[in-house]
Amino acid sequence: MKTRYTFGGDEHVFVEVDEEMSLEAFFKSLSMTNGVRDKNIKGVTEICPANASFQIKFDPDVISPNEMLAELKKIEATAEHADHTIETRIVEVPVFYKDPWTHETLMRFRERHQDPNGTDLDYAAKINGFDNADEFIKAHHSAPWFVSMVGFVAGLPFLYQMVDRARQLEVPKYLRPRTDTPKLTVGYGGCFSCIYSVRGAGGYQMFGVTPMPIYDPKQEISYLKDFMVFFKPGDIVKFAPIDRATHDKIAAEVEAGSYQPRVKTVTFSLDDFNNDIDAYNQKLEEVLYGD
Amino acid sequence: MAIKVISPGLATTVQDLGRPGYYHLGIPISGGMDRYALRVANMLVGNDEDAAVLEAVFMGPELEFTADATVAVTGADLPPKVDGEARESWSSFEIKAGQVLSFDYLKSGARAYIAISGGIDVPIVLGSRSTYALGALGGFEGRALGKDDELKLLSETLGAGSGRTVAPELRRLPGNPAELRALPGLYWHWITEDSGTNFFSDTWKVAPEADRIGYRFKGGQHIQFNERERPFGAGSDPSNIVDGCYPYGSIQVPGGTEPIVLHRDAVSGGGYAMIGTVISADMDLIGQLQPHSETRFVKVDMEEALAARHDRRALLDKVRASLA
Repeated sequence: MKTRYTFGGDEHVFVEVDEEMSLEAFFKSLSMTNGVRDKNIKGVTEICPANASFQIKFDPDVISPNEMLAELKKIEATAEHADHTIETRIVEVPVFYKDPWTHETLMRFRERHQDPNGTDLDYAAKINGFDNADEFIKAHHSAPWFVSMVGFVAGLPFLYQMVDRARQLEVPKYLRPRTDTPKLTVGYGGCFSCIYSVRGAGGYQMFGVTPMPIYDPKQEISYLKDFMVFFKPGDIVKFAPIDRATHDKIAAEVEAGSYQPRVKTVTFSLDDFNNDIDAYNQKLEEVLYGD
Repeated sequence: MAIKVISPGLATTVQDLGRPGYYHLGIPISGGMDRYALRVANMLVGNDEDAAVLEAVFMGPELEFTADATVAVTGADLPPKVDGEARESWSSFEIKAGQVLSFDYLKSGARAYIAISGGIDVPIVLGSRSTYALGALGGFEGRALGKDDELKLLSETLGAGSGRTVAPELRRLPGNPAELRALPGLYWHWITEDSGTNFFSDTWKVAPEADRIGYRFKGGQHIQFNERERPFGAGSDPSNIVDGCYPYGSIQVPGGTEPIVLHRDAVSGGGYAMIGTVISADMDLIGQLQPHSETRFVKVDMEEALAARHDRRALLDKVRASLA
């Protein structure tokens, strides 16, 4: 893991913490971006953490590109010694897997898929060595996920599963992107899950939908009144499988303004997590579901 | 109410200088694509330079005024008319209550900036009046104008009044072919040396897929990636990276085929390797490119990028001085 600094024109520094994805790279990126925020560097206009990299936008009339670079390298030196502990939230996201809406959409775009005769879930199960789609779905929701980046479009979270490398699910993106994806589709591409915050184009495989909106520019939804975007990098997500009846019930509650997502605050330590992943995830679930 | 939309044009949106600070949540800066023209339009009518204006692309709207105002149109050569009578671009003119502002066919460029004294009054969302249509955010109800929409002005004033003009040498538009200066970097080292050379020597053409999110270019040689092991999590195509942030102006090459330069409504990140970034001084010019425009990318270093940024600012200072 070696940090690489490169300029994106005269207004951005792009910092690649690692070429490949890992929780260690994500934590270092998060820790460095927190360092930049805390330091309140004059001229910095955007601080954008990503999965294994981050980006700073700055005004070169206020701070020269080389000064900006020097500041970041100082922060990196401090981040090396940071303990990988964060105060964050754990959130339950209900997912209706194998729903009719993503199924209808994926059938419309079959010619853009690796397996035109199957479904996205069957294909993902097969190439990850599962016997059937249900086994794959179980792996998808049995361990929690980190929100490792928010972006692409407004409020869309990228999620990285909290398991060791051997158990990471990997699925390629569509051969050619679709021109349509239902709103709130739970998707998968590379080693990342995502939740499509708005309807639109997309290249990730489609596994299900959540009835829980995560972006509301009108700020009418009860839990999005304070801010229109639900997720932020560092949030932990537990997907909970639901059936059609529960999906419809939650959707009605959202509509009525009575739905409240299950959210708890939690301290996460990367070292403790790495010591015993399954036991640590079990504890996280206890925090989420203990009252 | 001060302006009624009789016909909206192709995709006319309310824009100001944008909404910085939310890119980390996927909400781009938005604002006028040609910020130079936007600022000058506001200067001409006596508004603050960051006041909200209308950005019209390829085709102008038809607007009926219900109050007297001063108007200026800058950017693309989209000739303005008042009640059918021609008016000069890059100049301020008066329009009376009951008169209609319309436009002739586009002669050159792509986007015209229509500043109205007082400035367009739409709600400020996350610090800006700019429209981000993909996220249904800001501007007029989060979308492009439609027939019968009614726009308000912050104040009914004649501002700086009519008869002010900006000298032709102080108007900034792309040449033919357009030259966009770019700083190599980001994942530049992933492509072969030959492809790097070709990228800057080939003449590209703007593809039909060119909008506020990004401009796609075609016609150059295929860009080859060096053979290397795929990083974990990146995906299977040689142009795939572990999803990261996209700088404004960054040049991505999905599959090595058609480069895409991201603009003010950029998608904030994704999984395609970027090979460099168009410098800040030349972002305005992209907003004035029509599909099929011939374009060359010109390689610069950081020192040249900063000098160009300085030159652009000095030109704006000259406009300010000439109108003071």
